[in-house]
Amino acid sequence: MSEFSVIGRRLPKVNSWAHLTGEARYADDLFLPRMLFGRLLRSTRPHARIRRLDVSRAAAHPGVVAIVTGADMPAKMGIMPSTQDETALAVDKVRYVGEPVAAVAAVDEDTAFDALSLIDIDYEDLEPIFTIEEALEREDVKIHDESKRANVFKEVHLSFGDLEGGFASADHVRDDWFFFEGNTHAPIESHSAVASYGGDDKLTLWTATQVPHYLHRELEKVLGLARSRIRVIATPNGGAFGGKSDPFGHEFAAALLSIRTRRPVKITLDREEVFYAHRGRHPVKMRIRTGVRKDGEITAVHYQSWLDGGAYASYGIATTYYTGALLTVTYRIPAYKFDGVRVYTNKPPCGPKRGHGTTQPRYGFECQLDKIAQDLGLDALEYRKRILQPPQSRTVNELRITSMGLGECLDALQRATRYSERHGQLGRGRGIGLAGSAYISGAGLPIYWNEMPHSGAEIRIDRGGGVTVMCGTAEIGQGSDNMLASVAAEALGILPSDVHVVSGDTSLAPVDLGSYSSRVTFMAGNAVKDAAMKLRALLFAVASEKLGTPVDHLVAAYHRIYDPSDPEKFITFADAAVLAESKHGTLVAAGSYKPPKGIGGSFKGAGVGPTPAYSYQAAVAEVSVDLETGTLTVDKVTTAHDCGRALSPANVEGQIEGSAYMGYGEIIAEEQVFRGGLHKKPSLLDYKLPTSLDTPTLEAIVVESVDAEGPFGAKEAGEGPLNPVIPAIANAVYDAIGVRFDETPITPEKILDALGKRDNRGIPKTRIGPDGLAERDGDPKRARRRLDASTEGRERKRTPSVGSR
Amino acid sequence: MLRLPRFRILSPRTYREAAEMLRDHGAGELDRSRGTPTLRVLLVAGGTDLLPNMKRRQFAPEILVSLAHVQGAAGIHENGELTVSAGTTLTALAEDARIQERYTALAEAAGVVSTPQLRNMGTIGGNICLDTRCNWYDQSLFWRTAEGYCMKTNPEVVCRVATSSPRCLAVASADTVPALMVLGATVHFEDARGGREVRLAEFYREDGISPSTLRPDEALTDVTIPHEDGWRSTYVKLRDRGSFDFPIAAVAAAVRYDGRAITDARVAITALASRPMLVEAARAALVGTRLEDDAVAAAAEAVHKAARPMDNTSGTISQRKRASRVLAERALRALRPA
Amino acid sequence: MTSTKELITLRVNGERRTVAAEPHHTLLEVLREELDLTGTKHGCELGECGACTVLVNGAPVLSCLTLPSLIGDAEVTTVEGLATGERLHPLQTAFAEEGAAQCGYCTPGMLMAAKALLDATARPTREQIAMAISGNLCRCTGYTAIYEAIEKAAFRS
Repeated sequence: MSEFSVIGRRLPKVNSWAHLTGEARYADDLFLPRMLFGRLLRSTRPHARIRRLDVSRAAAHPGVVAIVTGADMPAKMGIMPSTQDETALAVDKVRYVGEPVAAVAAVDEDTAFDALSLIDIDYEDLEPIFTIEEALEREDVKIHDESKRANVFKEVHLSFGDLEGGFASADHVRDDWFFFEGNTHAPIESHSAVASYGGDDKLTLWTATQVPHYLHRELEKVLGLARSRIRVIATPNGGAFGGKSDPFGHEFAAALLSIRTRRPVKITLDREEVFYAHRGRHPVKMRIRTGVRKDGEITAVHYQSWLDGGAYASYGIATTYYTGALLTVTYRIPAYKFDGVRVYTNKPPCGPKRGHGTTQPRYGFECQLDKIAQDLGLDALEYRKRILQPPQSRTVNELRITSMGLGECLDALQRATRYSERHGQLGRGRGIGLAGSAYISGAGLPIYWNEMPHSGAEIRIDRGGGVTVMCGTAEIGQGSDNMLASVAAEALGILPSDVHVVSGDTSLAPVDLGSYSSRVTFMAGNAVKDAAMKLRALLFAVASEKLGTPVDHLVAAYHRIYDPSDPEKFITFADAAVLAESKHGTLVAAGSYKPPKGIGGSFKGAGVGPTPAYSYQAAVAEVSVDLETGTLTVDKVTTAHDCGRALSPANVEGQIEGSAYMGYGEIIAEEQVFRGGLHKKPSLLDYKLPTSLDTPTLEAIVVESVDAEGPFGAKEAGEGPLNPVIPAIANAVYDAIGVRFDETPITPEKILDALGKRDNRGIPKTRIGPDGLAERDGDPKRARRRLDASTEGRERKRTPSVGSR
Repeated sequence: MLRLPRFRILSPRTYREAAEMLRDHGAGELDRSRGTPTLRVLLVAGGTDLLPNMKRRQFAPEILVSLAHVQGAAGIHENGELTVSAGTTLTALAEDARIQERYTALAEAAGVVSTPQLRNMGTIGGNICLDTRCNWYDQSLFWRTAEGYCMKTNPEVVCRVATSSPRCLAVASADTVPALMVLGATVHFEDARGGREVRLAEFYREDGISPSTLRPDEALTDVTIPHEDGWRSTYVKLRDRGSFDFPIAAVAAAVRYDGRAITDARVAITALASRPMLVEAARAALVGTRLEDDAVAAAAEAVHKAARPMDNTSGTISQRKRASRVLAERALRALRPA
Repeated sequence: MTSTKELITLRVNGERRTVAAEPHHTLLEVLREELDLTGTKHGCELGECGACTVLVNGAPVLSCLTLPSLIGDAEVTTVEGLATGERLHPLQTAFAEEGAAQCGYCTPGMLMAAKALLDATARPTREQIAMAISGNLCRCTGYTAIYEAIEKAAFRS
């Protein structure tokens, strides 16, 4: 029998019922008395100076109540304090098509929409920059004046161990270029915020955010309103995946419009606007050089990445480091060099998407390992098992490894899929592929420097035995409310359904840094466990006295505190609470969590990568390729994931399956791409989220390494499982048709091209991917010319002027 | 939330009444007072094509004449020929046992339009009159403002797909149309003065802006399909996903057997040009054969020749051009006797 | 900006409700904004995601593309009408048990599509379920738990 009464059981999530009855109140579901509705005017130009912005006609439009522009909120803001380069609404200059410029509040949304066309704005176009190469070279065009070199946002170089020696001792060196196309989160709920500024001069902002605490700080800065007068409430997020973890213009605009009008103001983005808000996966060019001995042992890795950051910083500094930081935690690498460059381009800002910055390099590296295994004639699964980074170790870049279950994941996959027997044996058009990966259970450092806890929780037990858990985490669908309830319930011997959870509210709950970097289960879980154990000690003390049983003989489960050797002798949880409150006063306890020191190095840049515990995972993909149409079908993805301990197995499996789904979408079709700065597919019809009819059969295998520091042994489960799916599919496609796809997504066009069937006279290729930094799409200015084409141009072409020139 | 522009709704009870309303409210007249020129009055059936377009402000009519309450607008009847009333939903078509058996291509095509929800709403009449599509056109007002508009909404502007094109290159995208074409369908219309009918194969033209001979003052009322023995038909569609998506290449094929020999054949394509079309050369390649491999290849070659995809849908030109041949081969092979 | 609202009467979840609504407002807007039935969600408002799915006379339709004045006396069912009094629908229980709702945002539409399926097909196959929910995008689950929940609900009802 399990040592737990809650942990590991398949109980419904505590917040399921609200979801299933329509009771859950997402931000756009809030309707307040006297509420106004806002809409944003957005830039139609990729790069331009705002010459004139005149809102007078719009302001005079019947039903319009207030309008704000960038000039009303000129303070620089942004998620990372060291790289704040955004303003809530554009000031003087616009840097991408879709950038918010002004906000209108009106009596209804129809009126606000109509008023947008009455805002007069003149732009002076500046030359736009759309590609990494241009951004690196063009000194004459500056998207941000602060860039020292051309349009470089950040450049990092880190080196560990003896790189030259490592390559010198290699028997075989692979040198491969990869390109990972940008893509976006596309949660089904679009961003929405409701602001209400009251007669008490206090602002409440309900918003679909992953980071209520960080937003709280930015609101203070931008609005000039003391944080003590602001309350941020993170509403249940209808999906987020990293896309709601920046402060956004509409949040500030709603707040300021409410301050100006003293009325509640709601701004909900429409679907197209969500594509412009973006902060999604960076397009990344990569070059990976890996040296190996004959047996496959890695001797050195030189990893370089170039990130297309879009117009603003977002988390870009962290993203840049993440592309290089975590390659070392899966397999032994004795010498490692990492060079990373992130540039500005005139496109919506990229940011963190599930797997933040690690997804792209993991794709490249695991594809390269597959090539190495092939070069050396090794079984790709056995090979990986042989070179695993050991548990309780340090990587070459000084990251502390504790529990490490990648080997168990690979074993589980071999048992489930018989990969080793089937690889190379499925016949032309069918293939099986494998990849491994790792991710963090929360970033080791907060985004702003401080010595305070990363997560705080407060628990109150009321006189009826009711338990309320308060914690600043944001429920984004990952199940954090249920995790808080489950951990508290396990510690106190009650059930999650007994627990009231108050989360995401900066006034009612202690700070948790937010639902990003897969930190919540580990960090908030430890904080709430800390608080619960304090209350449990009080309850056990009175129970021990009442039952005459030593405290260390007691357990708490199913609303009882008892000695398992004599379970009929018990005190109920509610009775113990009354005794404890009688003795100690009101039963409230606070708990907190901060990662231990010394989990990473001390060099500049060492702040990104460390985590209290790494999750590990591996995936096997099985695919079929239609050799005539180029259609790639992924039949099945099996993912094994080391989550430390599954606090709620159904939720862990859900995260693994959902990650596999999202990874599948990224490699098969999803791409955030532009033509002359204009998003090519800003709709759910054109941006291809996989449907039920496309999605492969998904199998999740939970591996439990029981981490010594995790709450009841738990680590993350929400992001890591995405990473191996993408290279596993690419490796499976190679197994199917003998073509390496060193770029994503793998479209039918690319498959036909590789098969030599693109135009019936093509020559088969063995690889699709970049050979260097240069764009493959030819002249990016061509698209701009097409946009700028005039009718006269057409007329000129239709009637060639005879004899001229 | 993306919302519709303001309009009034009229709900006639008969097609004649609907046609009179169109006439009385200036059918065909363009309102140029509100930016993009827009027709003043439009018919709406299921609304699954028109309403998204209106939300994107491709149209902003003052008046919508709804066919929702027209009596007898929906229904499938068989007497000598098959009559499908224009308001019949795509779901009803896809699930009708008679259509599945005798007019298979139509059931298959109706069954792969978009999603179950949309098929419950969308009508056969609406699908036949589906606006042409283009990824430079099916975008919001904001996007098109940033783009600088295109010929389809603003005739004075270029076609963005090919800036030197004298005509709009938007793509025919209705799944049911090639199926109806190979089944020999005729469409019937009613206007304020009377009615007319036209063979569906002659209804369309190669012009993305005005892709059919539908007049703004008339309503499509029925589709009729002759009943002839010996036909087998099928519809094959290429799209990115298993649902939601419009075709990016599609082939309908029908062959008539006398014993094992093909006595008549029709092959139609869509999503490969501004109009759906019957590929006459494919017929020639098939009649008199027994669908042997070389007959299939010859017909598929004819389809391939007729296909002229442009870079304005999902996928690529070469992928779709190639797919036209592959889909034709697959469709025809599927029609071989079991 | 003068109001052009018109009175319309709808039958929603078994109740007859008369509201004043703009003729250009869709059923989605009327449900959420005039009838306080915010359980019906919206993800695109263009018929490209299925989040706004409701049942009209038992058939799943997109409320974002439905004009309420045209549906007349038809019975509209939303997620709020799924439970009967204090008794949850088997789909609701099964979705909770299987973890078929993660963020919960596509869930109301998904439940409606699933209800229509089970009302027509008592024991659907996995393929029939996949087809029935193919007009409802879910970004969280990968659909697996949703299949399992619908199968479980079918088994129980």
